[in-house]
Amino acid sequence: MNIMVCISRVPDTATRILVGPDGKTIDTQGIKYVISPYDEYGIEEGLRLKEKNGGTVTAVTVGAEASTDILRTALAMCVDKAVLIKADIQKDSFFVAKNLAEYAKEVNPDIIFMGRQSVDYDSLQMPSMLAEFLGMPSVSVVSKLTIADGKATAERDIEGGKEIVEASLPCIISCQKGLNEPRYPKLPDIMKAKSKPIEMREPVQTDEKVTVLGMSIPSKQRIGRILSDSDGDIDELVRLLHEESKII
Amino acid sequence: MNKILVFLEGQNNLLKRTSCEAISAARSLATAAGIPYVGIIINGNKEQVKYAGEYGMANVINAKHELMDTYSSTAAASILHQVIKSENADVILFAGNAKGMELAPRVAAKLEAGYMSDCVGLEILDGNIIAKKPVYAGKAQITAKVNSDCKVFSLRPNVFTATKTGEAITMTTKDYAPNLSEDDKKAFVSALMKNEGRMDVLEADIIVSGGRGIKGAENYNLIESLASAFGAAVGASRAVVDAGWRPHSEQVGQTGKTVSPNLYVACGISGAVQHLAGMSTSKIIVAINKDKDAPIFKVCDYGVVGDLFTVVPKLAEKVKHLTGK
Repeated sequence: MNIMVCISRVPDTATRILVGPDGKTIDTQGIKYVISPYDEYGIEEGLRLKEKNGGTVTAVTVGAEASTDILRTALAMCVDKAVLIKADIQKDSFFVAKNLAEYAKEVNPDIIFMGRQSVDYDSLQMPSMLAEFLGMPSVSVVSKLTIADGKATAERDIEGGKEIVEASLPCIISCQKGLNEPRYPKLPDIMKAKSKPIEMREPVQTDEKVTVLGMSIPSKQRIGRILSDSDGDIDELVRLLHEESKII
Repeated sequence: MNKILVFLEGQNNLLKRTSCEAISAARSLATAAGIPYVGIIINGNKEQVKYAGEYGMANVINAKHELMDTYSSTAAASILHQVIKSENADVILFAGNAKGMELAPRVAAKLEAGYMSDCVGLEILDGNIIAKKPVYAGKAQITAKVNSDCKVFSLRPNVFTATKTGEAITMTTKDYAPNLSEDDKKAFVSALMKNEGRMDVLEADIIVSGGRGIKGAENYNLIESLASAFGAAVGASRAVVDAGWRPHSEQVGQTGKTVSPNLYVACGISGAVQHLAGMSTSKIIVAINKDKDAPIFKVCDYGVVGDLFTVVPKLAEKVKHLTGK
């Protein structure tokens, strides 16, 4: 099977976010970057599918040259091939989806995996958008997957339960926690990954569909009233929720 | 801008609350911009259409097709595309629930339109829609505008207020027969499994969550009884889910669900930045923790410093007394 995995480079989830000097993006100083956590499920699922059915796994990212670090991590997890579509300035998702589509049209994957969302802009839009550009079906936020008889049977989380979606191949699957347990790269594979080639591609340009005007750190004013565990204070808490906040 | 189109989802003989929130958001945008707003429902019924009217939506298009007897995201996108073109609508609103978040970007791609997901604010400024959206799991937010002629937005649930107008209006309902073939149905829902008897954190007005402080799965009945006193859904921190004490469907936080209930009660949760990211837009936050220096106390409205094993049962008793649940 020809398996493509789309990954993205994001700040580690423990990062404290500050607004950068341009007032529109984050302050990148001192930030440690990682593969977006959900994308690791995508890589793992791709590798397992290859181990079962044979084929190749290609990891693709759209980003600046610095993004080669996450491709090296993917290579250390033993993907066969890594591709960087170069984009030096921050672009909108439409640009990313179009460029992933351009690449996918050349290599004709049987299935494309990616994380349910990239944990920076948290938009959950890439799977559906890319799928539409490729004329493929997609299933988002998948926590269980079977591939057989030319179709994918995917279980996905919805409000108040789960649904099973059947999709014909080729298709796109966006991965949710629970789908698998991503492997840790082994030391010899990390060493080998350092010297593996990374294919560099020039991007196609698109019109800017979305323009970010500003970024801020939300600061909701909280009441901040601290109580003790005495009976009187717990009565007071119930009173506050009932009479002040009017929630119960 | 010409016309706003809202994607509506039925639930029994009503509409989903998130759809009513989207109608209300459309109504204020339409008033500010001086343009009409209409709804689109797929295989809807009369009662559902009428219900939209209670929120002020006078025009609803009911797209009917037998291929949509089982839901298909690919076919739904095709229907929406046809309706958007025939209505000449250029602002498209979706509820940001599981279905909307999957469907909206597909429709945007069909239209070659810009899309802003998970919006928590929409306003008209100099003839443009300015959207506000949380990023980095809510640690920051951006304001942005969509440049394409057609603009697509999805709205975070429980942020926009659904308000009925209280006025009787004359409804115009149009049945629409979309052009669909089997080829449009490349993905479809083949089965549905409801969490019987358990409320989902994404749909709850009140959530009671437990953290590492609960010490083991066997103690989670404390959290459950407090939740039942409030009539709340049960949530969990990542530590609790990773330990296997609770299912991932209950996880609140950056790698779980992002929630904004009216009340969030955090029991034995220290308040790691990843957890705060998933619940920081809750309207009121209550924290119960024995460590007075726990970061959760910095973001809460009401904090109780004490052992959850004594505080939670006491609180449950008192809340139960009040709510009678």
